Amino acid sequence: MTFFKDTWIVFSRAMRLSLQNPLWVIIGISQPILYLALFGPLLQAIAGAPGFPPGDAWQIFVPGLLVQLGVFGGFFVGFGIIAEWRAGVIERMLVSPASRTALIAGRVLRDVIVLIVQAIILVVCAMFFGLSVPFIAIVLGLIIIAMLGASASFFSYAMALAVKSEDAFAPIVNSIALPILLLSGILLPMSLAPVWLQTLSDINPFKHVVTAIRAVFRNEIVTGEVGLGVGIAIALVLIAAFVGTRSFANQTK
Amino acid sequence: MPAIADGPIIEARGLKRTFKIRKGTVEAVKGIDLTVQPGEIVGFLGPNGAGKTTTLRMLCTLLAPTDGTATVVGCDLRDDPVGVRRRIGYVAQSGTTTGEAVAGQEIVSQAQLYGIDRKTATERGKALLKSLDLDGIWDRKCGSLSGGQRRRLDIVMGLVHEPKLVFLDEPTTGLDPQARANLWHHIRDLRDRLGTTIFLTTHYMDEADSLSDRILIVDGGKVVAQGTPQELKQRVSGDAITLTLRGRKDTAQASEIIGGFEGADTPNVDGNVVRAHLPDGSTALPQLLRALDKAGVDAIGLEVARPTLDDVFLTLTGRSLRD
Repeated sequence: MTFFKDTWIVFSRAMRLSLQNPLWVIIGISQPILYLALFGPLLQAIAGAPGFPPGDAWQIFVPGLLVQLGVFGGFFVGFGIIAEWRAGVIERMLVSPASRTALIAGRVLRDVIVLIVQAIILVVCAMFFGLSVPFIAIVLGLIIIAMLGASASFFSYAMALAVKSEDAFAPIVNSIALPILLLSGILLPMSLAPVWLQTLSDINPFKHVVTAIRAVFRNEIVTGEVGLGVGIAIALVLIAAFVGTRSFANQTK
Repeated sequence: MPAIADGPIIEARGLKRTFKIRKGTVEAVKGIDLTVQPGEIVGFLGPNGAGKTTTLRMLCTLLAPTDGTATVVGCDLRDDPVGVRRRIGYVAQSGTTTGEAVAGQEIVSQAQLYGIDRKTATERGKALLKSLDLDGIWDRKCGSLSGGQRRRLDIVMGLVHEPKLVFLDEPTTGLDPQARANLWHHIRDLRDRLGTTIFLTTHYMDEADSLSDRILIVDGGKVVAQGTPQELKQRVSGDAITLTLRGRKDTAQASEIIGGFEGADTPNVDGNVVRAHLPDGSTALPQLLRALDKAGVDAIGLEVARPTLDDVFLTLTGRSLRD
């Protein structure tokens, strides 16, 4: 089928360009590792405090960092497509008979692969700090993160192509990503928050994904929390893929 | 493949495009009719903002027309945009490559999007690079190429699937004179060797003049004139004749002689100089000299200036193209 073939072609090209310049992958991973090293130990001391969800500090903290990696990494990929658009790459691909969905899906696939590599590095580092989770939980956690990252990438490309300017895109991304992350209880669980803040965070779909990964890391896989989080992640991917594909198709309207 | 050998390769009727802006709408293209035959080099000439690029983008399926119809290489623009995409090449004004990408890899990946396998793409890409004097750049990063080289690489990208028709949007903008002349040579060669139909936009008179078999002059979103460069120049202003006499006494007689030629306008006398326009100045010249001699008019200078496309544009639109 031409969609899969085209996706593969777009993916290979994007992946090759990323591998040519692995610096960005390293910069992307350095932030969560800094959190792990410089903030994680603080949590150790207070993880037993009342209001904290069950599980040890690393089981609570690492899922948050994974979501941060996925959401932030994903939201920022739009900068790359603005550069490609300016160089004429997007237009030359749009004028080819390639599937419009493939043009964005191939790039998102690259972003997801990069994200998974970063996530594996992060989890391995966390294990050195003392994270202890079953293998199957890691696999399931990575799958959820991959979906989250894919939806963030799709949204990011759609927004970037809508504004086509780094100057406009940067504040948009920051103003969306920051509240999403703060309201997900990434650094500290939302169970510590006052009621109004908890209510606010309950509306944020990403919070439920963080909650699900935390449950997975505690090896409580077959639970309502995980079901809700996975369901939301799937819904996010579908909505984001639809929005992203439309933004590509709209380029020729 | 649709039958295209006997019909026009582009046929557009009443192509229109309006853009919505904050304060209402702008009619960028107000109804363009055009016909391009296979194997032609057609220049789409007009000032910035005339609607050249908008028209081109519509013909390339990058922009949906607000109104009108077009058939491009046998496929209907609205009903079969994918069919059009398969059969055309398009080289945008903004270029086609990222600086960090390796030239050969970009060529192969673009070809693959047209369903061409890696081996064929590599062979074709290398052959095309060679024909555009770019051999040796296969493994180089696009960003390391000179402006002229990168522009030619853009053209290779647009040709790797061997389209019958290629659109070039402002192909030489930003190039130095030598690189421009070189690119013109390659564009002509492309048509002569492969029979590729070329549709190019330009706002350079000299480019349209030296490159195109036929020129469409666009202004204000409409085609205001079309023809070969020669036809356009002849049709509009005719050749300017400037006759200088030794004294002023013969000016009336000289005016009468020049004005008597077929198609001449009313001569204009300024001191000892008589100016007029003739449809075909170089043919009229020997007769004019003989007639002046016979009448005993003492001419000391006679000049024939061929009109330029600039004159054509000025006559058609009342503005100079450079404005």
